[in-house]
Amino acid sequence: MSYQPSQLRAQREEARRLASRRSTTIAVTSTLLVGFFLVIIVAGAPGFDRVRESFFSPHYAWKAIPSVITGLWLNIRVMFIAEFFVLIFGLIIALSRTSKSPILYPVRLLATIYTDFFRGLPLLLVLFLVGLGIPGLQISWIPTSAVILGTVSLILTYSAYVAEVIRAGIEAVNPAQRMAARALGLTQSQTQRFVILPQALRKVAPPLLNDLVSLQKDSGLISVLGAIDAIRAAGIETAQSFNFTPYLVAGAFFVALTIPLTRFTDWLTKRQDRARQQQGAW
Amino acid sequence: MVAVDQPILELRNVRKSFGSDLVLQDISLTLPEHHVKVLIGASGSGKSTLLRCINLLEGIDDGQIFLDGLDISEVGVNQDSVRSHIGSVFQSFNLFPHLTVLQNITLAPRYVHKKNEDDSNREAIALLERFGLAEKAQQYPELLSGGQQQRVAILRAVINRPKVLLLDEVTSALDPVLIAEVLALISELKNSGMTMLIATHEMGFARQVADEVIFLHNGLVCETGSPTKLLSNPHTPELAAFLTALRGAGRL
Repeated sequence: MSYQPSQLRAQREEARRLASRRSTTIAVTSTLLVGFFLVIIVAGAPGFDRVRESFFSPHYAWKAIPSVITGLWLNIRVMFIAEFFVLIFGLIIALSRTSKSPILYPVRLLATIYTDFFRGLPLLLVLFLVGLGIPGLQISWIPTSAVILGTVSLILTYSAYVAEVIRAGIEAVNPAQRMAARALGLTQSQTQRFVILPQALRKVAPPLLNDLVSLQKDSGLISVLGAIDAIRAAGIETAQSFNFTPYLVAGAFFVALTIPLTRFTDWLTKRQDRARQQQGAW
Repeated sequence: MVAVDQPILELRNVRKSFGSDLVLQDISLTLPEHHVKVLIGASGSGKSTLLRCINLLEGIDDGQIFLDGLDISEVGVNQDSVRSHIGSVFQSFNLFPHLTVLQNITLAPRYVHKKNEDDSNREAIALLERFGLAEKAQQYPELLSGGQQQRVAILRAVINRPKVLLLDEVTSALDPVLIAEVLALISELKNSGMTMLIATHEMGFARQVADEVIFLHNGLVCETGSPTKLLSNPHTPELAAFLTALRGAGRL
């Protein structure tokens, strides 16, 4: 027998259609209202014309683009190199902090002190200490380049954050998983490598990516050491014209750079939430 | 030359406490090769702790445990190597969720028993085929029913040809239909000669597979005997009370 939709179903679908049309109408209206008031407030402000001229000038934006892009290329290289080392060091620190082996006790102690210290210390201070303090020591074989020392500062700070995220992931894996692996005869390190870490990294992928997004953005801070990155390049342009538009150009490029990673993070989070809903948490 | 009657597993006066809580008071038992013994007793009687002491997931306070003549409770014994000869299956399956069924089963053969990937896969597939799970080989555990997950967990232990298989209330998390398929698998393992020590609340199953039933009460072996004798004619008031309670719950 073929299925005949009942009267009841038609009513339900009609009600749902109406409800969804109402939601759309409300969303559009409220967006328009908010936009309208923003324009009134900003454009109606007494200094609006001057702000527009000094922050949103198409002329200076166009002029600044080549040198900002040249600087940005430095940021991109710094980002990738820092991300690579941050993931490696973060993993090593997390593993040593979660290990139970007595021989690793000093390593564990050091790792704890390290994460406590560098999570608390403002990045700007780390940059000054490393970028200005180390060259001051005048040790011949230590590089004094602002780019290298800036990257080292980023790695030092972000490894501490990433280590804590990975450690949280390791501790979130159900202890029964470790027990099951050990019961099969796997050693401590085999258990860690084949059973615990793959699950831990999957669990913390969204917050981990979030830290990397933050690292990308903070790569702009190496400009305080004098490295000519996008922000520094914009600063040089600004100093010549007394117009702040080049900073906005650099800012727009940074946002554009982080968007793919933030979108990917959101997508991954959503996918994990959905998976968790379907099968109960694991 | 090994004596013919040497048991695969022997416990001598095993004691275990958690803090001031004495969980195993004085447990002695022997398990000859190809025999199946079933541990029964109320929750908290020490069944699970006993099994966890045997596969060295818990250390014992006093007494000795022998596996195939070797004192595995000795200080300094290679625990990983001992565990690789003992199969353990848990109430909550504990399959590795990030690995496929096939990868779950071949993990220990490849990395503990150092077999190559092809041989491990071939052996695992043969085992899955024998127990009707071959088409699940490439799936992840989350897509399997509880009964299928538990059968995979049993095969994951069996593929390593353990000297003894420890089953800790492996059907407690399953509904009756799924229980039946897991019990069928265990019966078949018994027929193929697997030595097993089983903790269970399934009295019908105990009757079916056990060569001997061991009733634990407050961390002591209270009564042992053949399943028919023990379950229909208890000698101690403790066992009688336990059986009455089970009957009241409709589980006997």
